[in-house]
Amino acid sequence: MRQRAARAVPGFPLTLAMTLVWLTGIVLIPMTALALRPWSLGLSGVLHSLAEPRVLAALRLSFGTAIASAVIDLPLGLLLAWVLVRYRFPGRRLLDGLIDLPFAFPTAVGGITFTALYASTGWLGAPLAAIGISIAYTPLGILVALCFVGLPFIVRTAEAVLRDLPGEVEEAAATLGARPAQIVARVVLPALFPALVTGFGLAFARAVGEYGSVIFIAGNMPMRTEIAPLMIVIRLQQFDYAGAAAIGLAMLLVSLLCLAGIAALRRRLEL
Amino acid sequence: MSITLDRICKRHGSATVLSDVSLDIARGEFLALVGPSGSGKTTLLRLIAGLERDYDGTIRIGGTDVGPIPARERRIGFVFQNYALFRHMTAADNIAFGLRVRPRATRPAAADIARRVAELLALVQLDGLGTRYPHQLSGGQRQRVALARALAIDPQVLLLDEPLGALDPPIRVELRAMLRDLHLRLGLTTLLVTHDLGEAAELSDRIAVLRAGRIEQIGTIATLDATPASAFVFGFLGDSISLPAPDGKRALIRPDEVGLTPGDGPAVIIAVHLGIRQTRYTVQHGPHRFDVVLRGAPHPGLAAGAHCTVDLSAARIVSA
Repeated sequence: MRQRAARAVPGFPLTLAMTLVWLTGIVLIPMTALALRPWSLGLSGVLHSLAEPRVLAALRLSFGTAIASAVIDLPLGLLLAWVLVRYRFPGRRLLDGLIDLPFAFPTAVGGITFTALYASTGWLGAPLAAIGISIAYTPLGILVALCFVGLPFIVRTAEAVLRDLPGEVEEAAATLGARPAQIVARVVLPALFPALVTGFGLAFARAVGEYGSVIFIAGNMPMRTEIAPLMIVIRLQQFDYAGAAAIGLAMLLVSLLCLAGIAALRRRLEL
Repeated sequence: MSITLDRICKRHGSATVLSDVSLDIARGEFLALVGPSGSGKTTLLRLIAGLERDYDGTIRIGGTDVGPIPARERRIGFVFQNYALFRHMTAADNIAFGLRVRPRATRPAAADIARRVAELLALVQLDGLGTRYPHQLSGGQRQRVALARALAIDPQVLLLDEPLGALDPPIRVELRAMLRDLHLRLGLTTLLVTHDLGEAAELSDRIAVLRAGRIEQIGTIATLDATPASAFVFGFLGDSISLPAPDGKRALIRPDEVGLTPGDGPAVIIAVHLGIRQTRYTVQHGPHRFDVVLRGAPHPGLAAGAHCTVDLSAARIVSA
């Protein structure tokens, strides 16, 4: 009999089969169904359904705010990860736990809290309204909610790599004559870049599909603050299943395109 | 450049890491710092490099007090035990780093940098491997890159912090030879931190033995061996037998300088341990039990239980 290395996880055929079954059941079949459903409208029907100005505005808003939130989360998340990894201070464990809160928190609760806080009568909304900035019921409000749900993705991916990056590398750069800004730009950030790209992709993907936390603070005004997932819900309520699936398919394709771009960038960075 | 340490004290919180360390390292000298873990040798190196601050005393490099000078302006080549290479850069880019981060006014032209990198790669015998990334290199090759990177900035002094500590024995021997060769060729003032006394003996002009933040003794390996300043130094240089001396002190003896004569005698062999071309005998002599090392295979007359005489005629006895 052929000798095999003992592994804790049972053999390749079994693990592969289970992986495929799961992937088929929860990803492949639903995605195929989504991809097939809109075509009952015919090609022109799908295009017509997507070309509706309200739908286009929602798609633009969803992808625009998702990218913007990931861009904002990037430096914030990096900073948080840096503080968590490089410094020891009282309350660090608590802060560490708080980071994951958006993962565990029912997003609707977060959304309602944000709305209450940022409404023109809220604790944060009132002073902001006094200087002429309104957050709730504007795209800015959507951005706030998306930043909230996306942040942990960037913190956690950056943190893992930072933890691996020995402080000696920065010291080596210093002895070689690098100024602090050069150390950050030439040594720390390039080492973190692949992780940051991954984190960015995850935060972006999460933000595109986010519904619960956004729906309360957005105000859902047609053409201004309706997000694409909301348009899907609206069409479902009108029993326009094919139309809803058309928006879903459009979101799926754009998301895939974005994620493929991010994956390609990451591969280039990782050699 | 010469290095002068004058009464250096350094504390970490309430713990004293270095107390009152004074040391003169001549220009071009190769000095090894040895001592047990926690004796402060790495801290001393990091203070000289400017990687640690807040100390008492004065550090001069080439006569200049470097206290107020940040690490990046000291022009010190520092080599870390775990290489500390920039892993997103090729070997050549790692080596070029110190030249590329210079201010525009003093930065060499790209072609000059490339030429210098090629020279350094040749110097550390890595010709043709400049395009490899650190993860594509072996441990020994990585440390060669780190060495070339430190040399690229044309350092005033070279500080090596256990540079061979993470490497396999055959690679260590190879790199040891290269370090010796580089020192002969470049004549850089060099400080080596190591816990390998053989390495220190082979590479350095003088050895400083540190213990609990103080310099216990400093001298050539011959001086340390012939006239150890303390029982600690004697013990650090090799195994020792410690016996009470008539004057109330302890007498220290090397186990391989003691002879055993088989036959009737006051001593009894308790156990025999095989070694490589040598044999270690555990001997009971009156109330004292100690180990003696003799060259060669076990002597038939010195089996466990046999009586013998202990011969100290060839042994150096150090009193401490």
